Formats: sequence, C-alpha cells, structure tokens
Amino acid sequence: MVAPATLRVVRCGGSTLHGARAVFSADSYLLCAAGDFVKMYSVATEETLRVMGGHADLVTGVQLNPHNHMQLYSSSLDGSIKLWDFMDGIPIKTFTVGSKLLALYALASSEDSVFVVIPKSGERDTFQLVSVKLAKAAGQDLEAKELSVVLDGVDASPKRIAFGREGEYVASVKEVNLQVFFFKRKQLNRFSVSAIKTKSGNNHFTCIACHPTEDCIATGHADGKIRLWRNFYHKKDYTFSTLHWHHDTVMDLAFSMEGTSLLSGGVESVLVLWHNESDCQKDFLPRLGSAIEYISMSSDGALCCTLHTDNRITIINSNLRFSKSIQGLIKSTDVKTGLVVDPRTKALVLNGEPGHLQFYCLQSDQQLFSLDIVQRQYIHQAGLNQADLVKVAFSAQGKWLATVEEREEVTDPELQLKLWFYDEETQSFKLNTRINMPHEDHITDMCFREMDELEDDSLILVTAGRDCVFKVWVMVEDTDPEAQQSVSWSCDFVGSYHNYQATNCCFSEDGSLLAVSFEETVTVWDSVTWDLKCTFCHPPGKIRNICFGRLTCSKYLIGATDYGFLCCWNLLSCALEWSAHLNVLVLQPDPLSEHIAAVSWLSKESSLFVFKPNEPRPIYIQRNLCKEKIQLAAFVPRDEPETIGSEKYHWLRRSQLFFLTDTQELMTLSTKSLEERLTPSSKQLAVEESLPVTPFSLLLGKHRRQQSQEDIDLGKLVHNKHKQDSPAVKELLHTPAHVLPSASFLCPIFINSLLISKENKSAEEVADEVEMESEKTEDDSDEERGVTEMEQEDTSPMELLGEMTCKLSKSQEKELRKIRKMDYSWISAF
Amino acid sequence: MATYKPVVVQAFPKLGERITKDTAYWRGYKTPVQIKEFGAINKIDFSPVPPYNYAVTASSRIHIYGRYSQEPIKTFSRFKDAAYCATYRDDGNLLVAGSEEGSIHLFDVSGRAPLRQFDGHTKPVHVVGFLSDKYRVFSGGDDYSSNLWDIASATEIVSYSEHTDYVRCGCASKVNADVFLTGSYDHTVKLFDARTKSSVMTIEHGQPVESVLLFPSGGLLVSAGGRYVKVWDVLKGGQLLVSLKNHHKTVTCLCLNSSGQRLLSGSLDRHVKIYSTTSYKVVHSFNYATSILSLALSPEDETIVVGMTNGVLSVKHKKPEERKEKSQKKRQPAYRTYVKGRTYMPKQEDFCVSKPVKRVLRKYDKLLKSFQSSKALDAVLEPPIRLYTPEVTVAVMQELHRRGTLRSALAGRDEKQINLLLTFVARRVIEPRFTPVLVTVADMITDIYQPVVGQSAIVDRQFLRLQEAIGKEIDYQEELLEVLGMMDTLFATFTEKRATYLEENKSNGLTETIETNMNN
Repeated sequence: MVAPATLRVVRCGGSTLHGARAVFSADSYLLCAAGDFVKMYSVATEETLRVMGGHADLVTGVQLNPHNHMQLYSSSLDGSIKLWDFMDGIPIKTFTVGSKLLALYALASSEDSVFVVIPKSGERDTFQLVSVKLAKAAGQDLEAKELSVVLDGVDASPKRIAFGREGEYVASVKEVNLQVFFFKRKQLNRFSVSAIKTKSGNNHFTCIACHPTEDCIATGHADGKIRLWRNFYHKKDYTFSTLHWHHDTVMDLAFSMEGTSLLSGGVESVLVLWHNESDCQKDFLPRLGSAIEYISMSSDGALCCTLHTDNRITIINSNLRFSKSIQGLIKSTDVKTGLVVDPRTKALVLNGEPGHLQFYCLQSDQQLFSLDIVQRQYIHQAGLNQADLVKVAFSAQGKWLATVEEREEVTDPELQLKLWFYDEETQSFKLNTRINMPHEDHITDMCFREMDELEDDSLILVTAGRDCVFKVWVMVEDTDPEAQQSVSWSCDFVGSYHNYQATNCCFSEDGSLLAVSFEETVTVWDSVTWDLKCTFCHPPGKIRNICFGRLTCSKYLIGATDYGFLCCWNLLSCALEWSAHLNVLVLQPDPLSEHIAAVSWLSKESSLFVFKPNEPRPIYIQRNLCKEKIQLAAFVPRDEPETIGSEKYHWLRRSQLFFLTDTQELMTLSTKSLEERLTPSSKQLAVEESLPVTPFSLLLGKHRRQQSQEDIDLGKLVHNKHKQDSPAVKELLHTPAHVLPSASFLCPIFINSLLISKENKSAEEVADEVEMESEKTEDDSDEERGVTEMEQEDTSPMELLGEMTCKLSKSQEKELRKIRKMDYSWISAF
Repeated sequence: MATYKPVVVQAFPKLGERITKDTAYWRGYKTPVQIKEFGAINKIDFSPVPPYNYAVTASSRIHIYGRYSQEPIKTFSRFKDAAYCATYRDDGNLLVAGSEEGSIHLFDVSGRAPLRQFDGHTKPVHVVGFLSDKYRVFSGGDDYSSNLWDIASATEIVSYSEHTDYVRCGCASKVNADVFLTGSYDHTVKLFDARTKSSVMTIEHGQPVESVLLFPSGGLLVSAGGRYVKVWDVLKGGQLLVSLKNHHKTVTCLCLNSSGQRLLSGSLDRHVKIYSTTSYKVVHSFNYATSILSLALSPEDETIVVGMTNGVLSVKHKKPEERKEKSQKKRQPAYRTYVKGRTYMPKQEDFCVSKPVKRVLRKYDKLLKSFQSSKALDAVLEPPIRLYTPEVTVAVMQELHRRGTLRSALAGRDEKQINLLLTFVARRVIEPRFTPVLVTVADMITDIYQPVVGQSAIVDRQFLRLQEAIGKEIDYQEELLEVLGMMDTLFATFTEKRATYLEENKSNGLTETIETNMNN
C-alpha cells in the first residue's frame, strides 16, 4: 500500500521574512513574504494562519490587488507573478514574465498592469522598472509578455522606488542620484546630492518614500540623514530639508496615511516618529531588538509593523506603543551554540537575539521562550564587540543548563561560564553559578556527563579550551545552612596533553569514559580517577568531531579529521576498526539508536551519510542534500515512533534529523510525500476551521455525540452519513446572528434537518443533484465576488455540499437559499 | 520590546571570615574598658541580683564594681595575704572568699568586717562557694582536702581528703543542695554528696584541672585542664561526651552564657573561645592583650569581664539596640494613606488591574540609557560611590569600554578631574578583581593626557604614584610566581608515581587569579 517513498528535504522554518515589505490586509491580517512562501498572520493572535506556496524561488514582492482587496499579487525570482485569494489560500492566476522579478508595485491608477523591477537584458547589475500588462484571459497560467520600460538604471532593492500620490509620478534612487518620472507629462527629472564620505559612511540614498497627499519625497541616506524633497517639478528650483537623528544607515521610511508624520528606522533598532516633518518634534520607540529592515503601515493607519533583520515582525500601535511581536526561528548572525535539543520540552535551542538563547518549538514553528543569558544591554551599533553566547549544554534530564558567553577582545577575551538550574516553580532556568574566566582562552567544547540515574552527584561538566587544558567541574554542596543555595559548581580537575589545544570533548554513553581531542590526538580518560587510558591518532589532520557509539556499538569511538577522514576506533582492542575518506562537516549521533549521521561537503553540495559504527558501509546515502553548506545538525526524538515502510529509512523511525544551513534555513528529512503534508492546509477551506465555539454549537455537539452513540446502539440501522452536518445547521451556525431571520421562521427547518429522513434515495442520485446545485452556487459566487467578504464566507459551506450527501429535500434547500438571498439584500441596504 | 537592562555590577565572593548570627551577636560589644588592679585577677563573680555588681578578686583585695563604674564601689581589704575566689551567694547578700593563710572569710556585702571566719585548712584555699541551700559553704585547699562548712555555727561539717594534689576549682550543683564537685591538679574531678562520707564519682580529666562547670540542669559537666576542654555526662556515670582542643595553651576559666546555649573558655593563649553547646564547634573568638585567668558574663550577656595575669580587668559592655530614629526623622506619608487599599482582599469575581511597577534606575544607569558617557562616568566618580562601592565605578567603566566610548568619556577633563581619576586608578588597580578593567583605563588615560604631562604638578605626582603602585605589584607577582614554582616542584615529587603530564590542581582560584594578573 505504501509506495516506496523517497526522502525529501523539507524546509521547516527560519526562512527569511524580509524579502519584501509586509502588507496589512483590510481586515487585520498581515501578509508577508517568507522565503518561497507568502505567509498570512493574524494581527490579533500572532498566529500563522496560512502559508501560500507555489513559487519556485524567493518571493520578492507582496502587494494587495488595488481593485480587489481580497486578492494579492506576489512576485518571485522565478519570474512569475501570482494572484492569490488569500482568504482561501488559493492561487487564482499565474502570470509568467520570464525574467527575474526583484520588486513589485501595484497601483490603483493603473488599470490592469503592475510594475516590476527586472534586470536589464544583456547587462549585469543594471535594472529597470517596467510595467507589466496582466492579460484578462481565462485560465490559470498566463503569459505576461507586454512589458514597457518606465525607468532605466534603477536599484534592485524594492525600498528604492516609490510611487507618488495617486500614481502621478514614480521616484527612484540609486547611489547619489534621485530621479522622478511624471507619468502624465512624460517628464524625467534628475537630482543628485554631492557625494561626501564621512567617518560614519557616505551619503548614498538607501530608501525612499512618497507623501500620500502632497508632492513631497522623503529619502533616507547611509549617513543617517533624511531629506525631504519638495518642488521637484522644476529641475532647478527644487528644495530639500534635512532631518538628522540616526547615526547609522536609515533602513526604511514610511509616511503615515495622512502624511502628517514620518516613520524611520535603522540599524539602531529605534523607530523614530517625526511629527509634521520638523526636526524638533519626534518620538521614539527604542530597543526593538534588532535592526529594522522594513516599515509598513496599515491602510487605516491604526497599526504599523516593522520587519527586522532577525526574522521578527513587530506590530506597533499608532500611538507608538509596542503591541505584538511575531517571531518564528530568530535568525542570529552566527549560530555559535550549535543545535541543541532541550530534553524537557524537545525544543530546539540555539542563539536567538544577541545574548539570548531561543527555545524554538519545531511543531508549531514558534518561539517558546527566550532566555536572557548575558543580561546586559545590547547596543545596536556596527563594529562593537559585545558579549555573545557561544556554547550551550543541557544535562540529561534538562535540569541543568550550562552556557558560555565570551567577548572577543584583542588582548584578553572576556569569558563567563554560567550554570543554570531549572526551577520547577517558575518553570524557567535560574542562574546558579557564574564562573569568570573558566579558561584563559576560548572554550571550544563543553559537555555534561549524561547519566540517566537520578542522583545529582554524578553530574559532571567538562569544558575544553584553547588554553590547552580541559577542566572538570563538579557540584559542591554548601555546608553553611544559612547560605542561599545549597549547591554550587567548582573545578575538580584540570587535564592536559602535551600542551596541545583541546578541541572536542565527549562522554561515552555510560559516562565511564571521557574522550577529549587535542589537535591531532584523541585521548580517552577514566571519568572516576581521571587517568589517561589510551590515545588514538590518525595523522595527518586535526580532529574535527568525535563521538562515541551508542547501545550495541558503545565500544566504538568515531572521529572525523580535517584531512577528510572518518575513523572508527575500537575501544576494546585500542585499534583502528575502519576509516573512510570523507570530508565530514557535521557528525551527529542519534541519542535513541546506534545510527550516526555524517554530513559531508563535496564539490559544492552537501551529502548525508548514515551509518552504524560496527560496519563501515553506510546504511543510507543521500547525495545533493542541498546546495548550501550545512552548518549544524540535530536529532530530535519523535513523540511517538513513526511507521516507516521502507527498511532503508528505518533510522528515521524514532528521531527526526534537522539541519541548519549557512543561510539559516532549518530543514528536515521527511518520508511523506508532498500531498500528504499539504492536505490539511491547501484544500480545506477557511470556514471549516474557524467554526466558532458558541454555547449553541457545544449543545449541538453534545446532542450529536449522543445521537451517534445511539446510532451505534441501534446497530447499523442508520448510515453514518448522519454524523455529518446538515447544510441547514451549518448555515445557521455561520450566519451572524444579527442577519438571521426570526427564530420562529428558522425553527421548523432546523428541526426538520435534525430528523432522520425516511426516504432512502440512492447515494448516486443525491450526489448528482447536489453537485448541480453547488455548481450553480459557485457561479453565483463568481458574480458576487468582491462585493463583501461575508458573502464569500457564506457561499463556502454550500461548496462543501459537493462532498457530503444531505438529507434535505430539494424544496427545503430552495427555501433555505431564498432565506439567504433575502437577508443579503437586507445587508446591502446598509 | 525589551526594557533597558541596568549595568550588572559583579558581586565577588567575600574571602575570609563568614558573618554568621554568632559573629554578629558577639561583635555587638563596645570597645573594652580597662581597669588596672594590683595583681593577677583570679576570680570575677557577678552578683545574681540586679544591679549585677561584680566582685573581682586580685592580690589581697576584693573589689566590687558597679555595672558602669570605673572605680570600685566597695573594697574588702582585710586579708593579710592574697585573697582567692570571692563568690556571691544566690541572693547576692553574702560573699565568701578563700585566702593564702588558709582561712575562709564570709562578708556581708553591705558591711565591711567579716561575719564569719572558717579555719581548718592548713594551706591556702583557692576555691570556695555556696551550696544551693545557701546555708553551707564548700571549699578546696592546697592541703588536698575538700571541706564543707556550716555558716550559722562556723564549724566544719565534713572534710574529704580524697584528692592527691592541690584542689584548685569547684562548683556546686544548682538542683541538689548536697552535691558539689571539686577539680584538682591530680587530674581528677570528684563529685561529693554531703550525705555520704566519700566521693560519689571520680572523673579522670587527664591534665591538671583548672576549672569545672556544671550545666544548670546538672546533667553535664565541663572540665578544663591543660589545652583541653572536656564535656562529661554525669547522669551516665561520667561518660566523656566531647573533648575540645581549640586553645594552644592551658585553659584557665570556663563560663556559660545566660541562655546556656554558648560555652566560653578563656586561656593563657590570650583567647576567649565561644562554643555552641549543641554542636561544640567554635562559633566565635575574642583575643586579649595578655593571658587570661578569669572570665565572667553578666546575666543577659550585658557585660563580658575578663581578668588577666597582668592585673588588667577588661570590661566590655553590650552596645544598645540600634533605634530606627533616622527613618522617623524623614517625613513619611500618613499611615492611613500608606495602607489605603492595600489591605483590600480581592474577591473571586473581582477583576484585578495591576499597575506596572515603575523601575527606579540609578543615576548612572539613566545616563547610560541616554548614551551620555562622560556624565555617567562623572556620576560614578562621586565620593560615595567611588569610596564605598568601587565595584560600581569599575562596572560602569567596563560598560563604557564595551560600548567603545570609554576613551571619549575619559578625554576632555580638567586637572581636578584627572587627579580624581588617577587617584582612584592608582589605589584600585592592584585589586585583582579590578585589574583587567583599570589597566585599560590607566592605559587610555596615559595615552590621552600624554601631551599635557609636565603642565600640572598634581597630575604628575599622580602619574608617579600610579607607576609606583604598578611596579610594586609586579614585584609582588614575581615573588608569588617563585612560590608557585616551588610548590610545583613539591607537587611533582608528591605525584611521582603518576605519569608526568598529569597535573593535579586543587584549583581554589588562587593560581588562576595570579596567572590572569600576570597577563596584564
């Protein structure tokens, strides 16, 4: 039954959110480009409501259809523009343009065309703004070949082109030049600022925004200045005024809806609100977490949102109050901690905001919480060395967390080792011990002795440092009964080997042996007496990774070297068991089985090898896992073992392999086919899920449950069709109460719908009839499309009829529809 | 959105003595009052009734001092030779004392002439005392005998000659009027019952017994002799409970505090040690100028009086309880306004609206929040912060360095401010916890103000002081490294059997600190 599925690489979070400005829809949803997808968030609940996939490459532009605000245009690097019905998540049309699309603009004034930025054919690094005519032909996939060039020599960034009020002109900036093109007069004005290089940077243009009602253009510059241009109809008599607060590049600008105030943001992660375009009146919203990449305003001006460089969206009230933040996997500049799995929550733990540790839930693609490790104010300024988290380790039960933070400094690095204890009461980690300068140089690796026993005194932490030693830390009980905490950590043993730098450390599964690699040599130590037991070496090449085998393979030690060798040593015979020529970047043992995953980097592609240490032949090979370099990998235990048909993928049964690439994309391997994964989101319609839980529906649910139980009791007299909702009930539940006709009118229909119909039409007949009906309603809805939202929502349950057989007679159906028609007219009167 | 995080001031573990409740309690005495007596003080005894006068026996006199008096309020000086062991009766009316010539004198505290004289001992009497029925007196003399006297008739009731050396200490039981015990230089403590003709119990201390003490319950006995203090269980037939060896010279006197929770011992090694009577661990100790012969604690532990061999009486009074008068001076809102609404208990159906707590930032934090580096540095160079919490100053300097604005904060200062900065740096740069930061600061200051050297005599002098401090520290570190080298060779010889590369390090933080300092 199960087809021989192939493993697919599936993206599961962390894709860049800042491909384009986010867009507020009219009914408080936020639409945002996220990698190859367009994501729809609810502003009220911060939840991801829908992920619209279909583009084959990065989405570069998201714009609402100016003529129908229930529709959305999106452009992508794959050269296509898609028109979406974002409420249902259905692509309506796809226009293929052909060349890469770098930005998308849709204007209310231009009837059937949109503007895109495409690379100029034949020339590298020059781009032009073209208008694309979107044909109104029938069919899903259309060609859009009618291109007309509007502006030449524009910048590729979507922030550097803006359309003026009512689409009268378009302004574009590049380097030190500003050009404004007036559509009506076909006039092109060019202005430029004289290039100045100062200490803080040059005065190149970085972004542009146009005033919504007046003829005014605001431009941001790399040196932190904002210029407001006026009177640019004249080539000579133009004027500009300067606003200066930012000390670094202005990343984005946005006017409020009335144009009375201007929002600007930059690297400082401060949102500045300039009132009346004057330099003296401004408000700030500081400490937003990371540099602001895009600012966008909702159409009613009530909300504004900022997209940050670390993949976070902040929603801000109109009075400049922080409202909400939508955050998935936070992208930090460099994941130094590696991928660690929290044994308690099974969340993925890695660097988050600077100085924080993020706990990321894989199932819900949400950040569970962010633990402040460094506990210092982070200054958003380029070129500052600030303390950051570099190493993280959890004890086996997740009771203890060890973190290392360091501040890069030329003379002597600042190092701190912190040990955190999980407090059951507050459900969070509490700082227990802080050790200043645990090593004299950078800490290269850190691990806990993983013992599943409950006693605490067996807990040992080992840190390996570049100062040529490894240190063993143990818990000491405080004898003073009046002390605040009963245990603290202190150093127990310092080991070294021939003054080589210690690079990796790792405990065997039973905790009896500690392997520490010193450059080219792996040393094995007894964890009770701290005696050196034996050494292994595979010259030439320094050891990159080491790990012990598990379960049946616990007598093996695996090591990967710089020179592209994977070696397996037998700990009993102290001899090399086998070795393979493989440039291994990542070596990751599965905590629940013997399998070890090795990711190699060969000729510009990453490949995955899964093997058991006791045999040199890999169990599974996947070449060309992805084009990017894979930085880190982690096995995450599954909640329940998955049934996997093929013997080949048996290693994925108990845990799932996740890996993080250079570009901070989190990926996993899945055996399920694409359809299986997509079913819940793409086909089902919105109404079904968002069925509100009212007391009435609860009552109804109870009633239904009783009924179904009765059905079971009665034997198989009644078909299970009855369990499905009748359309009348659905209708009743989905129509807002204030538009429903009087209860006495609805009651008989409702009662009827609950009755079990006696006539037993043949299923086929019913289905046919209903299908006809539904087609009709679809036609209806096509005509009515775009009038109000409510209608759309209301038609959808009727579409559902196709799937279900109802027990209503045809006349009853008609009656119902009449009611609906009636109350629609009633609405439209308003 | 994150709020501003204040500067973290690192707390460093305090080295040395840990402050416990006991140290706090026993430190709560004023500086001692010294009173010079004529000879070695062999006994101090507090009157058990208010106003708690105390009798001091020294040379041939007995002085009675009031609680706060520097001069004796009464003197008994009818002794031809040395007087010994003046002791109050339980009601504080009578005083008994032994003497060098062998007679025992009984005084009325209000009178001057002796009421009674008990003769019978042939050698000096070093110990006398009342039994708890108040009508009898026991005594021990250098003629090896322990006698019991009747006060009314001034006759000897019974004489025990069981000791084989001088009897030098003794004590009566508080629960039984017939029981008393004496300790002798024959290394024994003997327990006598006046109803029997011989001793009831003999305890072998092991050294000449200098002092004995019975617990108020009568169940435990403490003996001191040689360097040992030993605790015995009398009810179990004289079983040794614990032997304490905390002094390094002979222990001469013992004393219990008023609650019976603490045992005090004075010794010739000039120390008074205080033990907990539950754990028998030393919880505190005092030291004095010379060897201690006698020790007494007034009821309620109000006064500690210690007598020494050179005749100096040291009197320590307890400090009065600190009143919170300061806080009363500051005008506070009326109590009613203060408690308004605070006592209201929300009902279950109430909807609570909580006001966000306003965080109060320190001045330097406020300035740092608004990126005013120079002003923040000025704020932490204010006298109270600079003098009492230098760690705050250093933490702010570190924070400024982290922000890359330390140089601009240090620059542009006038003579007075540079003087201040350099004084601070020169004084604190040698403290290991501040060294890394202050070395950077000193480096920057010399860099910035190099051009103006020679213009101001004050600044030049500070620079010289800084140089001197650093020079001294380098010498010191070199010496320490030498010691470390010596220790390493010692360790190497100890761990000879092990492989040579194994370095056992009992890392107590010392070596690490030294090495980090050397990097600077």
